[in-house]
Amino acid sequence: MSDEHLNLTLRIWRQDGPEDRGAFRNYQLDNVSPHMSFLEMLDVLNEQLIASSEEPVEFDHDCREGICGMCSLMINGQAHGPDRATTTCQLHMRRFNNGDTISIEPWRATAFPVVRDLVVDRSAFDRVIGSGGYVSVNTGNAPDGNAIPIPGTTQEVAMDAAACIGCGACVAACKNASAMLFVSAKVSQMAVLPQGRTERTERVLGMVAQMDKEGFGSCTNTSECEAACPAEISVEHIARLNREYARAALTAR
Amino acid sequence: MARVASETLKSRVPDGPIEQKWDKHRFNMKLVNPANKRKFNVIVVGTGLAGGAAAASLAELGYHVKSFCFQDSPRRAHSIAAQGGINAAKNYPNDGDSVWRLFYDTVKGGDYRAREANVHRLAQISNNIIDQCVAQGVPFAREYGGTLANRSFGGAQVSRTFYCRGQTGQQLLLGAYQALMRQSQLGKVDICARREMLELIVVDGIARGIVVRNLSTGQLESHTADAVVLCTGGYGNVFYLSTNAKGCNVTAAWRCHKEGAYFANPCFTQIHPTCIPVSGDYQSKLTLMSESLRNDGRVWVPRNAGDPRHPSEIPEGERDYFLERRYPSFGNLVPRDVASRASKERCDAGFGVGDTRLSVYLDFKHAIDRDGEDAVRKKYSNLFHMYHKITAENPYEVPMRIYPAVHYTMGGLWVDYNLMSNLPGLFVLGEANFSDHGANRLGASALMQGLSDGYFVIPYTIGDHLATSELPEIPEDHPACRKALASAQNRIDRLMSTGGKRSVDSFHRELGQIMWDKCGMARNKAGLETAISEIRDLRREFWANVRVLGRGSTLNQSIEKAGRVADFLEFGELLAMDALEREESCGGHFREEHQTDDGEARRNDNEFMHVAAWEFHGVGEDPTMHKETLNFDHVPPSTRSYK
Repeated sequence: MSDEHLNLTLRIWRQDGPEDRGAFRNYQLDNVSPHMSFLEMLDVLNEQLIASSEEPVEFDHDCREGICGMCSLMINGQAHGPDRATTTCQLHMRRFNNGDTISIEPWRATAFPVVRDLVVDRSAFDRVIGSGGYVSVNTGNAPDGNAIPIPGTTQEVAMDAAACIGCGACVAACKNASAMLFVSAKVSQMAVLPQGRTERTERVLGMVAQMDKEGFGSCTNTSECEAACPAEISVEHIARLNREYARAALTAR
Repeated sequence: MARVASETLKSRVPDGPIEQKWDKHRFNMKLVNPANKRKFNVIVVGTGLAGGAAAASLAELGYHVKSFCFQDSPRRAHSIAAQGGINAAKNYPNDGDSVWRLFYDTVKGGDYRAREANVHRLAQISNNIIDQCVAQGVPFAREYGGTLANRSFGGAQVSRTFYCRGQTGQQLLLGAYQALMRQSQLGKVDICARREMLELIVVDGIARGIVVRNLSTGQLESHTADAVVLCTGGYGNVFYLSTNAKGCNVTAAWRCHKEGAYFANPCFTQIHPTCIPVSGDYQSKLTLMSESLRNDGRVWVPRNAGDPRHPSEIPEGERDYFLERRYPSFGNLVPRDVASRASKERCDAGFGVGDTRLSVYLDFKHAIDRDGEDAVRKKYSNLFHMYHKITAENPYEVPMRIYPAVHYTMGGLWVDYNLMSNLPGLFVLGEANFSDHGANRLGASALMQGLSDGYFVIPYTIGDHLATSELPEIPEDHPACRKALASAQNRIDRLMSTGGKRSVDSFHRELGQIMWDKCGMARNKAGLETAISEIRDLRREFWANVRVLGRGSTLNQSIEKAGRVADFLEFGELLAMDALEREESCGGHFREEHQTDDGEARRNDNEFMHVAAWEFHGVGEDPTMHKETLNFDHVPPSTRSYK
């Protein structure tokens, strides 16, 4: 592995607030260690900006280990950058070359308005979950955990779906800004588990209605979402969502 | 130097046999009748396992809840990063577990510095948690026949840990988050995301609200309520580098402390043995590799200090499997504090590996030879993948390199049996309180405590406070609200107008270095005294020379960080002072003056079998220590031995 340090040109979206038009600005950043994470590289840039009395670039991040779903960023036009199954915080600078120009933008979607610079508002996802992405069981109402056996294979499918980190990369990667992969992951998890069966009709109808209301686009099955997803959520779940939706639409009263 | 108050703190632990205390207490507490619940407003700060579970459960009961978090969504709280699992005394594997054994192990694992009655309640409730989470659709691992699977975890000799691959915290948190969003949709919870708590509002000695900054707009807001429930996690980021998320901070707890809430045992910090080592001075955080890896990985260093050979070329006879050597009966599975100190000891003695010589090998070769690569992959693939991504080394071929890192804090705001602080109306749940883990937390017990407090304790105990207190309505323009708002505004103005030269992060890094060097895995009197004076100097420089750019009226992460670091600069001093006062070694607190001839911790039960709860008198002024004496009637204190 090369230890050669990188000199980079960063082309970063700056936007002062929700009403500002925003524009790209170029920054030169030299002597970047290939062992740095992408966000550490932005930390170093921000230290450089602060030293020259320029306001640092605002970007969302928290756990920095790929699980909280807070970090985002379109990097050279790809959600979370070039690596598969990787969040921006897990991306490392060894993936880039000396002399590269790297373009960094926020998620772009009507349902995810920009708050400032690279920070967007993803509360639409919370409202979609609130419209049915749960099992209605109040605390204290539960039977013994082993009362309902669940086959290991079923549990694995549920877990595959439940692994979604809610980052919004699927929406950002989709040319229609559709949220189908996100919605389908939760619908699918609950549809395969016995605990979720009771409410399956209301769940899928409620979540899809809210998804449309929030301004997410339609799904045209291009699978960009799956390619961008850091949690490797499969488009199979979209197929299951479509079946659940058809069933619900035909049988709902 | 610290003042010591004469009277002992009242924990309000109910009388009677320990097995019956919680049942009896639930009966004796006053209830709020169902029709009256909707008249009460409750503020819950933080949306991790404790906060999410509490807000959802209180709303289900009929209270009106406001839920606050600094992240953009309640689903992102740092509980989400917990990997390994959650303990419960179900005894499904039929291997000898029981409520009593979980209780016993937790008290012992905490090195006899936790409150017995609280720990027993935790063990009792553990089973309800699993049931609740399964009912919510949490996809716990299952056996082929469809029943729940268990695994063993560091420090325990039974298999009582339930798990969802390497993402247990994520799945438990999403269960609580979904329950919370359901209540939000029903109109019972107001979700206030991207809000950071900056002040506690106290009226007539009772906690009645908070001041928050809306992080999107910069606006300060006051919110009043009939009770405030603080679920804001631990203070590990006082060390700058830790496995905590970047946003984790002590601010909410510290502002409550400054309003009168006692801070208990801040020196009890947990250093986790298996983390990816620091690679450079740009390092922004450390990544944990789950403790479960020690079930199959063997920890070693070369017998010859500075051995330049590739690890695969070092023959067996020239390797020192130091955990197995020192602790033959537990081997690589000794508790976290013991494993961390043993790694540090080897590195300090010059036997460390890697460029920095500050790491040890965690080797899976024997497991791969024994069980095959596929079997190892099945258990740990996501962890190996994460390690590979960060270090660009393939752990199937080269041993992992690991080093201890700050991971969890056992200390926190002091609470009584009801989880209420000494400030009436202020409840503290989860990692933010001090109560259940003593001086050292066992693996897979943090998730258990967070959910126990949130789902099954606070719904009962808050009712008693609401039913028995005089709680007149507080108008928005009450003098206490105006005072708290002014105080928060004044702080922000001061930070913005300092006009200094150094970035906030540079101060935070420097503080972290002081804490890690002098108040980390090993502490001594001289080092702690130096730390206190260095922290004071750094704090002075911070307020004279910090540079915070931009405006207060927009999203401005520099202001957020500056406020948090300002509080860490005050809190760090208390942590060091508590470590200085505690003249013994126990759990995560190791005083070099108090060790046995072979380097093991030496507790001092005669003088230190108490909780040290600190009362604030002013920045830079000596706090008063209030003692809560601990009694061990059921688990007689013994020396922890893993040899």
